[in-house]
Amino acid sequence: MIKAILIFNNHGKPRLIRFYQYFAEDMQQQIIRETFHLVSKRDDNVCNFLEGGSLIGGSDYKLIYRHYATLYFVFCVDSSESELGILDLIQVFVETLDKCFENVCELDLIFHMDKVHYILQEVVMGGMVLETNMNEIVAQVEVQNRMEKSESHMERMLLRRHLEPLSPHSHELG
Amino acid sequence: MSPSVPLQEMIRAIRSARTQCEERGVIQRECAAIRAQFRQADNGGRSHNLAKLLYVHMLGYPAHFGQMECVRMIASPRYSEKRVGYLGAMMLLDEKQDASLLITNSIKNDLSHSNQYVQSLALCTLACMGSAEMCRDLAPEIDRLLRASNSYIKKKAALCAVHIVRKVHDLGELFAPAARSLLAEKNHGVLHGAVVLIIELCERNPETLERFRKVLPDLVQIMKGLVLSGYSPEHDVAGISDPFLQVRILRLLRILGHNNEGASDAMNDLLAQVATNTDSTKTVGNAVLYETVLTVLDIKSESGLRVLAVNILGRFLLNNDRNIRYIAMTSLQKIVGTDHNAVQRHRGTIVDCLKDQDASVKRRALELSLALVSASNVRSMMKELLLFLSSCPAELKAHAASGIFNAAERYAPSQRWHIDTILHVLTTAGGDVRDETVPNLIQLITNASELHCYTVHKLYRALLTDISQVSVSNQSEIRFVTEDDVLDALETVLQSHMSGPLTACLSLHHFTTASRIRSIVSIYGSCIDVELQQRAVEYNALFKKYDHMRYATAR
Repeated sequence: MIKAILIFNNHGKPRLIRFYQYFAEDMQQQIIRETFHLVSKRDDNVCNFLEGGSLIGGSDYKLIYRHYATLYFVFCVDSSESELGILDLIQVFVETLDKCFENVCELDLIFHMDKVHYILQEVVMGGMVLETNMNEIVAQVEVQNRMEKSESHMERMLLRRHLEPLSPHSHELG
Repeated sequence: MSPSVPLQEMIRAIRSARTQCEERGVIQRECAAIRAQFRQADNGGRSHNLAKLLYVHMLGYPAHFGQMECVRMIASPRYSEKRVGYLGAMMLLDEKQDASLLITNSIKNDLSHSNQYVQSLALCTLACMGSAEMCRDLAPEIDRLLRASNSYIKKKAALCAVHIVRKVHDLGELFAPAARSLLAEKNHGVLHGAVVLIIELCERNPETLERFRKVLPDLVQIMKGLVLSGYSPEHDVAGISDPFLQVRILRLLRILGHNNEGASDAMNDLLAQVATNTDSTKTVGNAVLYETVLTVLDIKSESGLRVLAVNILGRFLLNNDRNIRYIAMTSLQKIVGTDHNAVQRHRGTIVDCLKDQDASVKRRALELSLALVSASNVRSMMKELLLFLSSCPAELKAHAASGIFNAAERYAPSQRWHIDTILHVLTTAGGDVRDETVPNLIQLITNASELHCYTVHKLYRALLTDISQVSVSNQSEIRFVTEDDVLDALETVLQSHMSGPLTACLSLHHFTTASRIRSIVSIYGSCIDVELQQRAVEYNALFKKYDHMRYATAR
């Protein structure tokens, strides 16, 4: 089970936080700070697994992370998940973001936080791995985005029609 | 308009703040505006406002006033509003809050919505934060979705069922039949979800586990299809067909085969096939291989298969990828007790890992190396360990030193070798030797009576080169070195700021020359360190009163 997924930058500023277990808000921020502290002092040539901090859970939990340029992607998982598998999953998630945002960078995550959540929801659900096929994930995300767009487009159309001045032929428009 | 545009404007405003204080000001203003908007009966920008609130929540600002808005958004007919409403519910609510009860009805309705994406939102939210009552209430609906819907919904329903079973254990019975039939699905997402569900059911209930052993042939068949079939573009990841699904199935096999001969036998061939056919040059292949190894080691596998598994771990130790080396070390450490001989075969590689750059690999290598020391390899192992000790990171020195002492004590081929080893450790890492080990060493040296002069000789030399916690022990049989020389050195030890009080105490213990002792001891009568002072005073008193018994006392 995945307990939390945290993305923060090299200065510890959160870019996406998702907890799959309830924590009060101040606790969440404390966990983010502690995790950043643990992960940021790691050299780049050590392994990507860390014993979890004391805040986020017992000895059964590990932090598995990847460092991409300015961002840390950290998954906090228990022993039911394969460590190497989670590393691969982080890679899948990042490649998916790359495809959805076209050469994703930190700014994309900042300005489209909601979209990143929706993408993540197609990969991990309720703390469990849902889908690992990148093409499948991207396809589902695109369908939903299109749905949202067409819904708002429809509403704009209806609104416009409603506001147009009445003409002799208006009854034809129905 | 999608939630993104006004959200982005707010984000820009927040980012342009130059100080923390300014940022707080911007956010407080925004939150006040959002709050006002929430109070309005009907406003067009509802989804923007909630999205903005979720953003400031991520930065650590309070967002509880948005809880009711989530409830309202979820009940909206608009997909964009439902979407952000459900996201808000998952971020801001949990079952302990009253607001979460209010969304039960919406979830119930949305589970049978005509639009599968609305259904999926409901499933996702239920799987994240569904309370026990909600789960009990909606379990039959989830079971229905497990059986009769499309793949997209089925895979989500499977994970939702896992959450339900975690909340209400009895409901495991309800989902077992559906879980079993899902194994016949072709869609890998559904298969993966089904395996996760079956794992959960088996871990919860031993009877269910027994029943699911019957589906072992199906699982073996699925794995064979993944491992041995040709290239499948749809599932291919660097030449491996759906490594994630393979790993998940291997995990289930481990659970089914654990402590069960029949099941373990049935999967023996398959595991051997996976171990030999999986390409280990890519990382994804290694994830599958590693899971296979863990499964082999945890079930009642044939000895040949176990050796194969340990050999894979041995190969992992030579891998360029430090993560692979680290997990291989961890696994070897776990089995060094049970599969000692198999691990011994890789002793050379393990010892080489003492030189690894990664500190955590080094630590594991140290622990493993110490566990692998035996009577037959103690001389060569100790050479490597002593070499390691001289250059190892500070945080490992104490552990290494005590490990070496223990190993030396158990397997020393001769007393002289033993003393040499101890002295080597003391001179290399004397300062890191744990205080409690020192008395034992002194006892050892004392007991090796025929080597006393040899010991003293070496100690004297050691003292000259390095004054730290070199224990200054048995000086009673000085033959080849003059007493005064030794006492000179001892005096230097006492006066040196580098030696701990302990060393000084020990030094005092073993003086035999009366006049020199007395003068040194009286200096320490007014020493700052209380223990030294006490010792000094005691000794002075002793020396005065019982001159003739001095030698015995000094021991």
